[in-house]
Amino acid sequence: MMNCREATQLMSESQERKLSLKESMSLGMHTMMCKGCHNYKQQMGTLRKITRAYAKGKNEQTEK
Amino acid sequence: MSANSNRQENTKQVGNLLADTSFLEDIRKQMIRFATLQLGDGHLAEDAVQDALIGALKNATSFGGRAALRTWVFAILKNKIADTLRHKQRVVNASSLLREEDEDEDFSELFDRKGFWQPDERPVAWGNPEGSLREAHFWRVFEACLDGLPPKQARVFMMREFIELDAEEICVAVDLTTSNLHVLLHRARLRLRECLENKWYLQGERNDELS
Repeated sequence: MMNCREATQLMSESQERKLSLKESMSLGMHTMMCKGCHNYKQQMGTLRKITRAYAKGKNEQTEK
Repeated sequence: MSANSNRQENTKQVGNLLADTSFLEDIRKQMIRFATLQLGDGHLAEDAVQDALIGALKNATSFGGRAALRTWVFAILKNKIADTLRHKQRVVNASSLLREEDEDEDFSELFDRKGFWQPDERPVAWGNPEGSLREAHFWRVFEACLDGLPPKQARVFMMREFIELDAEEICVAVDLTTSNLHVLLHRARLRLRECLENKWYLQGERNDELS
């Protein structure tokens, strides 16, 4: 089975390139069974959202 | 196309782009964040971004629309940043140069020998990720985490997520292979995620002190 280190690498790469069918299937299997990587996957989406909001100056709309 | 109609076309394009102030303002803010983090100086950054925007708009006919304008501004800005950094290099101290080299981390504090999460490093579910975005303190934590990235990782991460360049463009711009880029982005994301979890989400999402 794929380990967490490899799984996180693939989750990162999936933000730059389309994973192969084999890669997405083994990744899917892994995140189904691994709570940590399941959370990691959610957080990658959140991280992108946070960063893009920050780059667009959304943080300046909060009270200081 | 004659020089005259060319000029007219150019003026029209610039007019269209200038009319869309919120689009320009978005680009400007993105670029200033990027330049500030890369140069470590807000004033230098503002000047560089202003020059880059003017330079790009002057050549409006050379690009075909919004996405291309962003890429153009960034290309000019990147050169300016590179020049500025080259001049600064003489006063840069040895430790920050070393830091640049020191990117061969093994992440053994995150993963065990078989490559599975260390028990105390396993990602936990984050409480309310969207709600955090409205809190000023959250953004200070985020900035501190970004500042903590090794320079090379920070640079490519920001090119990818601030400027929204695609992988190929980044590889060309900073002379990296695709697999190098993947490794750098992966490391940046691992670190940022860990930092946000430790300094924000595990602190009840309302910590008062950055440590």
